[in-house]
Order: sequence, then C-alpha cells, then structure tokens
Amino acid sequence: MGTHEFMKQPVSDWMKAEGPDSDIVISTRVRLARNITGAPFPMLCTNFQALDVFEKVEHAVSLPKLQELGPFEWVALNDLDPLEKKALVEKHLISPNFASEARYGAVFLSANESISVMVNEEDHLRIQCLSSGFQLSETFQKASCIDDAIDSKLEYAFDEKCGYLTSCPTNVGTGMRASVMMHLPALVLMKQINHMVHAVTQVGLAVRGIYGEGSEALGNLFQISNQITLGQSEEEIIEHLYQVASQLIDHERQARERMLQANNPRTIDRIFRSLGILSHAYIIDSKEALQRLSDVRLGVDMGYISGLSSGVLKELMVLTQPGFLQVEAGSALSPEERDMHRAQMIRQRLDQANRESTGKQD
Amino acid sequence: MVCQDCGKRPSTLHFTKIVNGEKSEYHLCEACAREKGDVIPGTPNGFSIHNLLSGLMDFESVTKGASKAPQQLRCDTCGLTYLQFSKLGRFGCADCYTNFRHKLEPLLKRIHGNTSHNGKIPRRIGGEFRFKREINRLKLLMMQAIDQEEFERAAQIRDQVRAIESQWKREMS
Ligand SMILES: [Zn+2]
Ligand SMILES: [Zn+2]
Repeated sequence: MGTHEFMKQPVSDWMKAEGPDSDIVISTRVRLARNITGAPFPMLCTNFQALDVFEKVEHAVSLPKLQELGPFEWVALNDLDPLEKKALVEKHLISPNFASEARYGAVFLSANESISVMVNEEDHLRIQCLSSGFQLSETFQKASCIDDAIDSKLEYAFDEKCGYLTSCPTNVGTGMRASVMMHLPALVLMKQINHMVHAVTQVGLAVRGIYGEGSEALGNLFQISNQITLGQSEEEIIEHLYQVASQLIDHERQARERMLQANNPRTIDRIFRSLGILSHAYIIDSKEALQRLSDVRLGVDMGYISGLSSGVLKELMVLTQPGFLQVEAGSALSPEERDMHRAQMIRQRLDQANRESTGKQD
Repeated sequence: MVCQDCGKRPSTLHFTKIVNGEKSEYHLCEACAREKGDVIPGTPNGFSIHNLLSGLMDFESVTKGASKAPQQLRCDTCGLTYLQFSKLGRFGCADCYTNFRHKLEPLLKRIHGNTSHNGKIPRRIGGEFRFKREINRLKLLMMQAIDQEEFERAAQIRDQVRAIESQWKREMS
C-alpha cells in the first residue's frame, strides 16, 4: 500500500483548478458506457471471459494513441486493499458496487485523475471524465476522444437501431450520462429548492443529493444529470443539460442577491456560527461537517467571509469523508476516532489558510 | 470467493466446463444455482445444472412447479430469460437486444420516449451507416414536402438522395 499515485494526494489535481462558474458548479462529469463484442456483459461473464476483457482492455490502453493523452496508471482492483478502494470511491473515481463486487475489475487512471476508465463494472467499460466547474462540452469532447482511441483497438457492441448496447436499458443508445454537481445553498435556504427540483425533473433530467441517502442532500450539493440516452444525440443531451443548469445557476445567483439585500442577521449568524464550530470543534461527524462547510462556502462566495479560498473548502468537503480520514491516519478508525480526527483536520486546515492569508496582507 | 452471479453470497459450487475447447469456470452460491435452473451462461445445450446438483441436494423438488414455462423467451447466446431480465433490469449480452427485440420497443419507448439511436457511431461501421442514416433522414423530409405539396423542394431533396447514393457506391467500391 501507499505506492499508488492516487493515495498520495487526497484531492485530485483536476479539482484544484478553478473552473467556470465555480462559485456554484463544483464539477462536471461525463460517463460513457461501452461493451465489447464477443463476451457477455460482466454480470454473466465467466471468470475466464472477465479476465479476457481485462486483458484486452489493458492491451488497448497501452497503445501510443492513449498514452499521448498523458501519463496513466493501470490499477487492478485485486491488488488494492479495502482502504485504497474506499479512497477511489470517495474521489468519485470508481463506483461503490464496483469496489466491492467486480470480478477482474480494473481502473485506468490519468495522473491528474480527471480521466478514469473502469473495466468490468456493470458494462465492460465505463469511460469517465471529470472537470472543475461548469464545462459540459469540453468534458464530453475529452470523453469522446478517449472513446475514439479505444474504439480504434476494440470492437464495440453496437446496433444500428439501439446504438451502443449496455447491460441496463436505461443507458442504451449514447451510453452517456452527463452531470453537473451544484452547490445550491441559497435556493435551499430560501425554500425554493423543491420547486426547482420538480421543474428540472419535468424536463427529462434527474436530480439527486450527492452525499446521504435518498433525496436528502447533505451539504446542499445536488447532481443534475440526463436521464434519456436513446433518441437524442450527445450534443443535444449536453446542450439541454447546459441550458437547464444555466437557469439553475441564475436562480441561485438571484437568491444569493436577495439574501445579500435582505442582510438578515440570522443568515449572517448562521454563516459565522458554522465557521466558529469548524474552527473550534473537537468532535464532528461528516454530516455536520458537510453542512457547516456549505454555510461557510456560501459566506465566502457572498463576500461575508474574506481571506478563505473556496478551494480550501472544496478540499475539506472531500477530505472529511470517512475513507480519506482513515487513509490519512494510516489505519482503520472507530467512528468516534474518525469524528475527532475530522475535527482536528478541519481546525488545522482553516488555521493554516487563515495564517497564509494574514501573511499575505502584511 | 463471492458468487459470480449475485456477487453477494459466498460461492459454494465450483465447477469447470469445457465447450469446444474453451474452458469456463463457474462459482455460484446455491441460491443462484437454484434460480438459474438448467441455464448456465455460455452453454446453449447439453449441460444441465439440474443433473449436476440433483445428486447433491433435493434440487428437483425445489424447482418443480416453480417456473416450468417451456416456451419462455430466452436469449440463445447468454441464456438469460426475459423473466430474469425483468427481475434484474439488466441484459446478459449484446444479443439480448436482438433476441428480446419485440418486447424491447415498448420498454425503450417508456424509458427514453424513443426507440432509435441518433448519436455517435463506432468507427468500424461509421461509413456505411452514416450514409444510410442520412438517406433515411432525407427521404423522410421528402415525404413531408410531398405531403405539403412542395414538389419543387421534394425534387431537390430527391436529387440530394441520389447524389449521396452515388457517393456511397463510389466509396464502397
Ligand atoms: Zn449468488
Ligand atoms: Zn443475451
């Protein structure tokens, strides 16, 4: 353990960049599901066939065409310990089911972790590209480019009528799921979010909370994605999602503007109270941490809090997840130890950011 | 090792089957082996897990009467039945899309509001398919034009179709 690049840094490099509209859109993701001809989908693959797929893909991605796109690492899941798998899940680089259930699973990972290709997940291939901020077209172009490179070496399962064939019929056609992760605290505070979510689901898109079960959105983080994959071109899907997300951005900005004008002492109290708790708490669970980080982030974006970059907060949102804490601590922790460790790390990071910013002002 | 079918329960049945020189290993839990009945993926005929298991446990009595529908729709390639698909929500292989085709149309319509792909095409079939799709699209436009009695436009589109068809022939030869 500890030799993999992805274990060295808790936050992916791609995430550190400030993308467009990053005050509201945290990240953009595009995923393409692909299968190759000649083997059943992973659910019905024999171990022998799963290994064959694993080897074919490993060979395909080792060819110059992909290596030109930058340094990559081929990671066989069997070689990872549970903590390493958990770190990949929390970085959104692999799915939880994949981590626990894949046979001959592998992930082909770019050095900055913006590109990951899962092998033998629900489909033979899941090509995923991530970008910071609101970058739908760019992210799709990148995914499509990886797709073309693999397509030049492997034969995809494709049907003229149904498009790219996938294990689940909800993915067939383009095999594409595009999504944006949005931080919408003002819409939540102004109690407009349910109305917005309803409107979005009426136009063929899906909304779900990023962390937490069901519809409960921890940290006011929402993921908006396309539901339809058949009948529309990739460009049409991207454009539609772009239009709807743009409207959500506008609504969130307007809600923030109204909050600023109202200058409600309760709002301001809430923001600084959260900052106070994060700066001084000795024990904090991940649920509370996410909610407090959301408040503070809103405070920074609205200009109430200065001298604290939203990058630090973004980092803390990832860092405070259970798997990372354990990776950082180097061992499995009990829930109470985790909550203490989390609080300590948040205190340290905020303190450090604070000292850096006052240092700059001198 | 976990069961290769459900991926959850531990596998207790391990066996190897050789078909046309290709060796396949199976690791299944009892529940999945039972549910599969005589359907083992990748073995279209001649192999029955019933026979294999009936000596080990009272297998026949478990499955008797449960699902003995003889004309059940099944994918010949991977062995998945339509019933299994509707329980799992997952297809077993690419050929399921062909083998379950007429059941599929209403399902896809319900999920996507549409039944035909309109996006990216793999490189290997790109050329020919692209021509076909463009011609179909133009023919549809031509019919519309005729319906609206815009015969001049229809004639223009017809010429376009011919041009594409001859280009297609040139490229394919
Ligand atoms: Zn099982
Ligand atoms: Zn099949």
